[in-house]
Amino acid sequence: MDFEEYAAKPLLAAAGIAIPRGETVTTPDEAAAAAESLGPVVVKAQVPAGKRGKAGGIRPADDAASARSAASEILGMAIGGHTVERLLVEERADIARELYAAVLNDTASKGPLVLFSTLGGMDVEEAAAQDADAVRRHAIDIRHGLDPAAAGNILDGLDLGEATEAVADVLVRLYDVWRSRDAELVEINPLAITGDGRIVALDCKFTLDDLSKVRHEDIVGSGVPDTLTELEARGRDLGLTYIELDGEIGILANGAGLTMTTMDAVRHYGGAPANFLEIGGQSYTKATPALDLVLSNPKVRSLVVNFCGAFARTDVMTEGVVNAWEELKPDVPVFFSIHGTGSKEAVPIVRERLKMEPFPTMDEAVRAAIAAAK
Amino acid sequence: MSDLAGMIVRAPDRMLVQGITGRQGSFWAERMQEYGAKVVGGVNPKRAGEEFLGVPVYESAVAAAKETEIDVAVMFIPPMAAKAAALDAIEAGVRLLVVLTEHIPTQDVMYFMAAAKDSGTRIMGPNTAGLVTPGETFVGIMPAWEEDICRPGRVGVVSRSGSLGTLACLNLVQAGLGQSTVLGLGGDPILGTTTIEALQALEQDPGTDAVVLVGEIGGTAEEDAAEFIAAMSKPVVAFIAGGASPAGRKMGHAGAIVTGDKGTYRSKRNALEKAGAAVLDMPSQLGETMHKVMASRAAAVPQSGAIEFPTDH
Repeated sequence: MDFEEYAAKPLLAAAGIAIPRGETVTTPDEAAAAAESLGPVVVKAQVPAGKRGKAGGIRPADDAASARSAASEILGMAIGGHTVERLLVEERADIARELYAAVLNDTASKGPLVLFSTLGGMDVEEAAAQDADAVRRHAIDIRHGLDPAAAGNILDGLDLGEATEAVADVLVRLYDVWRSRDAELVEINPLAITGDGRIVALDCKFTLDDLSKVRHEDIVGSGVPDTLTELEARGRDLGLTYIELDGEIGILANGAGLTMTTMDAVRHYGGAPANFLEIGGQSYTKATPALDLVLSNPKVRSLVVNFCGAFARTDVMTEGVVNAWEELKPDVPVFFSIHGTGSKEAVPIVRERLKMEPFPTMDEAVRAAIAAAK
Repeated sequence: MSDLAGMIVRAPDRMLVQGITGRQGSFWAERMQEYGAKVVGGVNPKRAGEEFLGVPVYESAVAAAKETEIDVAVMFIPPMAAKAAALDAIEAGVRLLVVLTEHIPTQDVMYFMAAAKDSGTRIMGPNTAGLVTPGETFVGIMPAWEEDICRPGRVGVVSRSGSLGTLACLNLVQAGLGQSTVLGLGGDPILGTTTIEALQALEQDPGTDAVVLVGEIGGTAEEDAAEFIAAMSKPVVAFIAGGASPAGRKMGHAGAIVTGDKGTYRSKRNALEKAGAAVLDMPSQLGETMHKVMASRAAAVPQSGAIEFPTDH
């Protein structure tokens, strides 16, 4: 779950990292009032997208009147497919130098990675492309964390002068934000050294590990909610991953891998999938509501039920589907392929109660479903 | 670093089932026992001292290890309790820890991965369906006993997904082939055993003549393995799931998401083809393709001890 700047910065402040004074506003009048009390400000669009500056979503304003006009221009803009509805009005910093700092999940080292660069203010990938040594990378043993000495080593030889110790302190605190808030990513860009020698976070990106949300109920409400269709939201409420697509072949399969492959097979044989919906893992007992969900999409003209059970028992899933079928009496044709755990019990359920024969392969079931949808 | 061969389960492996008394733990522990797996005990601190499925229940893996020898531990443990259970198994000194649990908080995974690295414990998963060595033993949640899925043979199977690994096994058996071993890697972004390590283990394994690699979109595991595949002596047939999946959406597995130009179907397919793997459009082509590559490899490889004659060109 991503957090926009206005929601991410308070997490830094709570860990003792300095951020500019500022206010979150939604109208030009509020922007003017904020500038009135803050002095010269920056008016910043709050949208879950990058490149806000290039899109014209970040503007300086010297006084209340110019803050009002900047706000009225930015509000309602479309940036990265999002309409700007909220602004952050912040006191303008006197920037002497711009740095980059981040802590993120690293699959290669299987732990946290600290990134640091003195080329702040730009995309770190661009900085790295310009100069491979421009970005320092430091893998951390999560059991031991990052102490001030190790943070100092990351900055070794970087010519930060008197600021070195304070920047190292920010790195330690940034790591603490990552660790204590189960972040996937926390990034400060730019991290400014001001004219009077203070270290201030001028922007922040924060991504919460979705698997850790339950530990951070206090902040989940200020993250960017998923944009879901009505059916996708219904799936989420049922504890199912349902993704709505444009096609006409409904898909019900177990396991993410097999479900993706069933979609691939539909494409391969010339059809278009109507959805991704897997009922594997712990959700294999939810076949009945899952079927209801797939059939609620009016685009669905035929249905493939493809089970290859490992953990997910095909007998339990098939019984759920057949129960639902008898209850809903849908008027779309269905094509089964059933293998794996419990298939010896599952196949007779289809045979006896739906009077049909499961196909010996996924490919045949998919081809039959495509033919029936035409 | 733990021994690569240690990820392959063998008949003599003594297994401990963490969470044995639960609904899933008991169902699958019983399937493992029926198959011949040597289940030597289970763990449930609330029922320590009892007997369950004919084996003792221990307070912890550490306590079990004081009473009996354990080679492999398997976790039927909910996500929020997974870190403690994994650390317990690692401290107990098992060779191999099979983490079936899905949805473990990422930093908890990182924590026990770091501990396992220090102790040399081999981890499979998280979110793996487990391991099968047909005719010998199995651990986890794979339908090892279904005769149309698992059968002894000489093809090693590596899969991130359990359901799709099962389909690959089915396709092999339908083509008259069997498996030397089935290695479930798991659907998470951070995995104890990566694709390249599994391929290295199968390259070394004398019981394996060829390999099926079942990958999916997201991450760079298949791309990372390409260089090794190019150097392998054994043929590799691969399938990548997710060619028809939209970018930017997590396709069920936490690891199966395409962002930017990394981890796409096309980048994986290109890398594997360049490395000399046969990449399938559909899993149903597996049997025929595998017969073909095994036959051509057998014809191309000289018998050991054969004399090589210089050629004219």
